[in-house]
Order: sequence, then structure tokens, then C-alpha cells
Amino acid sequence: MTPHVELKNHQRERYLFSLRLIFCLGFVGVLMAILVARTFYLQVWKHEHFDTMAESNRIFVVPIVPNRGVITDRNGEVLARNYAGYTLELTPEKITDLNATIEEIGKLVEIKPKDLRRFRKLMSERRSLQTLPVKTRLTDEELARFAAQRYRFPGVEIKARLFREYPHSETTSHLLGYIGRINQQELDELEEQGLAANYLGSDYIGKTGIEERYEKEMHGVTGFEQIEVDAGGRAVRMLSRTSPQSGKDLRLTLDAGLQEVAVQAFGDYRGALVAIDPANGEILSFVSKPGYDPNLFIDGIDTENWEALNNSPDVPLNNRALRGQYPPGSTIKPFMALAGLHYDVRSPGFSINDPGYYMLPGSRHQYRDWKTGGHGKVDLFKSVVVSCDTYYYGLATELGIDRMHEYLGQYGFGKRTGIDLEGEVSGLLPSADWKMKRHQQIWYPGDTVSAGIGQGYNLVTPLQLAVATATLANDGVGYKPHLVKEVQHAPSETPAAPEPLFDMHIPAEHLKLVKDAMRAVVKPGGTAVGAFWGVPYPVAGKTGTAQVIGIKQGEKYDEEKVSEYNRDHAWFIAFAPADKPRIALAVLAENGGHGGSTAAPIARKVLDYYLLGKKPQPLQKVVEKAGVEDD
Amino acid sequence: MNLRQLKQRFMLHLDPVLLSGLGALLLVSLLTLYSASGGEGGRVLGQLGNIAVGFVALWIVANMPLHWLMRIAVPIYVLGMLMLVGVALFGEISHGARRWLNLGFMNFQPSELMKVAVPLMMAWYFEKHEATLTIKNYVIATLLLLMPVALILRQPDLGTSILIAASGFYVLFLAGLSWRVIGGLLVTAAASAPFLWNMLHDYQRHRILMLFDPSQDALGKGYHTIQGMIAVGSGGLLGKGYMQGTQTHLDFLPERTTDFIFAVWSEEFGFIGNLFLLGLFVFVIGRGFMITAAASTYFTRLMAGSITLTFFTYAFVNMGMVSGILPVVGVPLPLVSYGGTSMLTLLLGFGVLMSIHTHQRLVKT
Repeated sequence: MTPHVELKNHQRERYLFSLRLIFCLGFVGVLMAILVARTFYLQVWKHEHFDTMAESNRIFVVPIVPNRGVITDRNGEVLARNYAGYTLELTPEKITDLNATIEEIGKLVEIKPKDLRRFRKLMSERRSLQTLPVKTRLTDEELARFAAQRYRFPGVEIKARLFREYPHSETTSHLLGYIGRINQQELDELEEQGLAANYLGSDYIGKTGIEERYEKEMHGVTGFEQIEVDAGGRAVRMLSRTSPQSGKDLRLTLDAGLQEVAVQAFGDYRGALVAIDPANGEILSFVSKPGYDPNLFIDGIDTENWEALNNSPDVPLNNRALRGQYPPGSTIKPFMALAGLHYDVRSPGFSINDPGYYMLPGSRHQYRDWKTGGHGKVDLFKSVVVSCDTYYYGLATELGIDRMHEYLGQYGFGKRTGIDLEGEVSGLLPSADWKMKRHQQIWYPGDTVSAGIGQGYNLVTPLQLAVATATLANDGVGYKPHLVKEVQHAPSETPAAPEPLFDMHIPAEHLKLVKDAMRAVVKPGGTAVGAFWGVPYPVAGKTGTAQVIGIKQGEKYDEEKVSEYNRDHAWFIAFAPADKPRIALAVLAENGGHGGSTAAPIARKVLDYYLLGKKPQPLQKVVEKAGVEDD
Repeated sequence: MNLRQLKQRFMLHLDPVLLSGLGALLLVSLLTLYSASGGEGGRVLGQLGNIAVGFVALWIVANMPLHWLMRIAVPIYVLGMLMLVGVALFGEISHGARRWLNLGFMNFQPSELMKVAVPLMMAWYFEKHEATLTIKNYVIATLLLLMPVALILRQPDLGTSILIAASGFYVLFLAGLSWRVIGGLLVTAAASAPFLWNMLHDYQRHRILMLFDPSQDALGKGYHTIQGMIAVGSGGLLGKGYMQGTQTHLDFLPERTTDFIFAVWSEEFGFIGNLFLLGLFVFVIGRGFMITAAASTYFTRLMAGSITLTFFTYAFVNMGMVSGILPVVGVPLPLVSYGGTSMLTLLLGFGVLMSIHTHQRLVKT
């Protein structure tokens, strides 16, 4: 009985066990299938994704910064160059106590308060993970001292870098501009333009001037090294290397010698000078006084220097040649004279009788000539030579503001010249339409009268006036002014010669009359005779004086009584040699008073140097030389 | 005895089929270890030593008659429990866990012993009460399982306690634990989960979530899993080639000779290599099932089934963890990962399998 039951139980139990075992087999099968599916998913389906991740794990891309292009003047004189040096830089993210670290570093390497202030300023405008210089231009001794103890300073490193240097410093500051450390905003812009990859290793970018405008050309193409690293970040081997392509060198149209002379010629005056080759628009000299030392800006300027530059009443950071807007004053007269001839409002023989003032028909308001009592009988020639205001009051009234606007506009007044610099302003060439739009006022006949002598609403930049002078010198054929003669090119190519922008087709007899009058300006009886006494080459010029403050009716301007910054601005425009001009220029001496006495002598020095190769001699030497001649 | 007889005697209680599967897996182990240790032989030699020791144990156990195994079940279990209590009271702390017992001459990890002792004890218990199994027997067997599991969980050693719990559960399951009870347990677990969740501290919940989504802590605890998945995935269909795995050789892969050795193999031999490796595991597990099915007694069936299924669990949990479908618990890849203790217990288990297979074959003939 019992064995039977046991046997039955035994069989049934075996049967149940087999069922359980089969279930387990299924369980194992399903889970194994899941594993197969999972590895298929990872290794086949998502292979590319994980492969990319593995590659980015192990491959570290190190950018190699290209050398920035060098800038030279037209004769190969270096204006901006690179030199190798060492900096001490730190990565704030990697440092727990910044102040303590800097203090410790200070025991090894001299850190001036200036360096600290600059560091603070950079901290506020840095991009993330950027290293910041706490000390630039390490001496060999400092380098050795820090290198021996660098293990104590995680997050601090010595970097070999190429530094930018502007050997001519203040002299070329306003045209070259400067490079500076890339800030977050510039980084975002690069990102937008899709250039961020090319700036991976770059710390600097052109901020103003030529450096800004030709950033793309001068930066070059960043190279890359692909380095295999292990999990600890140690380099294992180099996988590939793409060499960087150096930025292109620039050759400017500028004549460094002339620039030096022009800056010196200003002496203590503030102002601007632009000299142009009329035959092609090449800018030979581009001065804005005072300048500043662009080298200060490269590694971030410190607060002290920044405040000094920013708060100076002389506004040295303002590029007067490009962005300064002044009334043209009497320098507008030769162009007005041509307008009169063009519209046949004045003929060469027509003359007026100048009583020393002008009154609009039906008005008793007197527009005074600069010369009390007037110039007597004045024709077009004389009007330029003596700079007769009365003549132009009448001429302007008869021309009307709209014709003036149309004609003078052809010389580029009221428009940007298109020079290869950023931030140019357009000046102002008023018209009736403009006044209505801008001031919601109708144009009064009196507005035209003052516009006729370059006052009133008229505003020009020194650059604009230089370009207009060059156009006049070149018989009405205009070129776009430019500072870069050529961007370094392959030896086989030759840079294209600039094409003229326009030709005004000014009749030869008109040109001759006005140019002759301008030549007479520097001769006895002219307003600039003093500055050009004994000049050995033919010069054509025109003085100008731009009022800074309005003079009330019946009052007289007295230079002694107005404060320095309210004195008139002195203008002079010229081109020479007058018969075959090689140079045209506009000079502005801020608060310089009369054009003939302050601006014209500056122009004389510049022209002498350019045409005669004569350097203005320091006073001392002139005296010595005089002494020798006496013997 | 001549050489031929010697060989016959040696092979008498070994199963050549199972042996060839184990041998293949051990070769994979040596090959992968060599690559994972960057072409240095140290780990390979060490593993060879582990295999030698494990193999001696396998041979001895395989030659033991089955009733010996029955006889030592209780003493081993009792000894193991005593040592676990000892660990809890005086154990050595290393890496934040109390797992080791200092025996004076060596450090011993009693939880490893329990991997064999627990299923042995439970199988012995069921065999003893085979004729009169009631629900009470299942309860007692469950207690025999839960006591050591609880002690090991306290150490804490999640990986080992899961494996022991699994091995014990397999005995219960094969012993015929009612489906209704299993279903009831599952329902209870599912129902109580939300309550348990609410009882946890925030940081504990965070830890649990991290287990399932390693990317939340890519540089911390998730790093292992992410780097493992990158290694596996970047291997592709055919792999990067032997000794060519970048994740392995540039140190991105952590624990590459132990818990993450599967990632090394996967990276260098790809999907095809993984199919081969899974094939080897299936072969060994399949042979285990055949031995289980042919086992003659209740005890041997339970033992063989539990050993085979635990081996599978080992492999599945490890590969699932490395390929990112299971949370990271410290379970090595059986027979492949570097490690002396696990090699010993695993080969001991296979020794038991072979003993079961060969001794009943002898009985039959």
C-alpha cells in the first residue's frame, strides 16, 4: 500500500519538477534573448552614437593659434608686429581661493597694483574657462623662479604667447586701432557668424581701427592637433596635426614718416589731419590728436589708465579724423565757387561791392564779413583769396539751399566716404527737406546765408574735407579713400589699381579759375601767405575758421575773452604741387583760432616733408645752423 | 596503473561536455584579462592560479559520493551562519562594508561560502521531508534562506545577497512552491512598493533613481555604467580588435578586470563576439539543465537546478548591469571576471554538478 502511494507521488513529483524545469528553461531563454537584443541595440543600432562618445572621450583637440598678420606702411616700415613672450595665467574655475593664490604668486613674481586692477577688470568680462593673465611679460628670472614652484599652484600656468606691439604707439593709434582680449559679446558674435571654431585658441581680436576692419584677413586659420588622452587627461600620442595658416600681412597706403611729421607738426594742438593721394584715394597720413598708447589695451587696460584716457578733457580716445564733426567754415568756399559757376549763378567776371556785411532783401539783419569795413570790389577769384564772406552770403542766397545740397553732395559732404575703418560718421549737409524732417521747421533764407560760408547746420569730418579736396585737386574725379594698399597676396597676383568712383566733369576753365585762386591764397594778399612764405613748389590752399560758439548780433568775437575750449577751430585744406597734385590734405586744429595762423603751418610742414623730403628741424638745430651760416 | 588508467581514473567523475564549456569560458577570461591589464601578465597568472585552486576543489567535490554532500550540508550551513554572525560582531571593515572575518592566518568572506551552503542546506531539508511536504516546510526553508540573506544585506553586500536569495528561491521554486504563493508574494511586493517608497528618505530615493538613470550623475556613480555602455556600444558589430579597445586601454573603463570585464570583451570583439560569449554561457547552462533533468533524487535535482540557475543569474545580472539594463550591483561575470573566491565557489558548484551526473551514471550501470 505504502510503496504504491510513494511511487505514485514520486512520478507525479517528477512530472511537476519537469514542468518547473521547462518553465526555468523558458525564463533563461527570454532573458538571454533580452541580453542579445540589448547588445544588438548598443552595438549595432546605436553604434555610431557610442562610437562618437568613445572618440570624444579619447581625442582631445588642441587648437594652434595662427600668427597674426603684420602691418607695415607703404614703404615696409613695421607698424604692428608680434613678439614672443611669457605670461602667467590662471584659470579661476580651477582655483579655490583666488586672492590667496595671487598673494602667493606675488611672493615669486612682482605683481603691480596695475596688474591686479587689470586682472579684476578682465574677471568681469571673461568667457568661461578662459585663462586670465595676472602678469604679462615675465622676465627670465621671474620665469625661472615660478617654474621651480609651479606644482604649488594648480590652475596657474606659464604660457608662451605672441604679443602684439605697435612700435609707433600714439602716432598710429587712431588708424591702426588695437587688438584686445575677446569678451563674451564678441564670442557670441563669432558664434553667430560660425567663426567660433577658428577662434578656439585665440585670445585676441581686433577691437578698433585697421585691426578691427581687417580682422578676418589678419587672424589666419587656426590649426589643430588631435591628441589621444587617457582618462586622467594625460596625452598618450598625437593622432594628427593640421598646421595653422598665418594671417595675411597688410601693407598700408600710409607713409609712416609723413605720419610722424604730421603728428609732430601739431605740437600741443588737438585736432586732425588727413592727407590723400588724389590720383587714387590712398591715405598718406591719418592723424587724430591727441593719440593714445594702443599697447595699453592689448592685455586689458587697467582702471587707472582707462579713467585717465576716458576722463581727459582732450578726449584722446575720440577719433577726430573719422568721427569728429565740425562746421567746415570758409574751406567750403572753393566748392561754393564751383557751384556758382556750375549753375551759372556767378560768372568769372561778375563782382560785388562788399561793404563788410550782407543783408537779405527786405531784412535789416546784417550778416557780417570777417573783415570790418569789407573787402571792396570782390570777384570770384578774390573771394577765394581773401575769403570774402559777403560774396558767399549772396551767392548762397541766389543758389538756394537745395542746389547747394545737390552740388556739394557730389564731393561727398553729408555722406560717409566708405573708408576702410569702422565707425565713420556722415557729417551733415543740410537741405530744406532735412530740416523739416529733423526739426519740423521750414528752411529760412537766413539758414542759407550762414550755410554759404560753411557755418549753420553744416558739419564735416576732417576725412570728408580731405576727400573733397582731393577730388577737387584731381579735377573732379573721385576715389574711395582707403588705408590698406594691399593684403598680402600670392607672388603671381598684382593688386588691382583702385577704380575712380565718379567723374564730375567739371569744365576746365572753372577748375583753372578756382585752383588759381587757391594758389593765390598762399601768396601775398592771400589768407595763408605767412605759413607758405618762400614755398618752392606750387601750392593751392584755403583757410577756414569754424565757430564753436555763436556770437551775438552786434558783438565781436575776442579770442582772449573766450575759454580755450570755446575758441574757434582752425581749418586748412591744400593740395600740391598745384599743377600736378601728389598730395591733398585737410588740417583741423581744434580751438586753434585762425586757419591761416595755426592750421596752415601744420600743412606746410607736412607738404615740405612729402614733396621735399625735408624734416622739420627742432628749434635748437635751426639756431645752430643759422649760426653756421652767419659765419 | 599505467598512464591510460590514470587518465581514466582522473576523468571518471568529470563530465567532458561541461568541462569543455567551462574551459572555453576560462580561455575567454584569460584572453580578456590580458587585454584589460594592458598586456601585462600579472593578472593572467593570478587568474591561472585561481583556476588551478578552483579546479582542484571541483575535482575533489566531483569525486565525492552524493551522500557525503548530504552529510556535510547541515554542518557547513551552521558554520557559515556562525561566521556571518561573527562578521556582524567583529568583522573587518573595508571599503565601507563589514564582510571579512579575520581568521588570524587569512581574511575570509563567509558570504561566499553561503553561496554553496544555502542551496545545499535547503535541498537537504526538502529531501529530508520529501514524503510529507506541507506549507510549513516551505516556511521553514524560506527562513533558512532569509536568515543569511538578511545578515549579508546588513554588511552591506547587495550583489551577494541577491545571488544567494536567487539560489534559495530557485530551490523553493523547483521544490514545487505553489504558484498561488508566488503570485501572492508578487502582488504583495507590488502593492507595498509605494508605501516603502514613502518611508524612504530623500537621499535614499535619489540613490534608487540613480540606479535606473545613471546619466543623472555622470561623473559620480553613473560614471561606471555610462563608460561601460560607451565601451560596449563603440565596439560595434565586429569590435575594435583584440588589444585595441580605446575605452579599455585609455583607462576610461573602470573595474575592467572584475565587474566590467564584459565591456572589455564587447569593445574588442563586438556584437559577434558577444553572440559567441552568450553562446558559451547558454551551452554551459544547457548542459546544467540536462544534468538536472537526469538527476535521480529529489536532493540532486534541487541542487543541480539551483546551481545551474544561479550560474545563469550571475551571468545575466552582470551583463545586464554592464549593458545598462540593470542597476549597478557588484556582481562579477562568472568564470570570466578576475577573482579567487568567486572562481572557487563557482567551480565548487560545477564539481557538485559533475558529482551528481557521474555518480548516478555509475549507479545506473
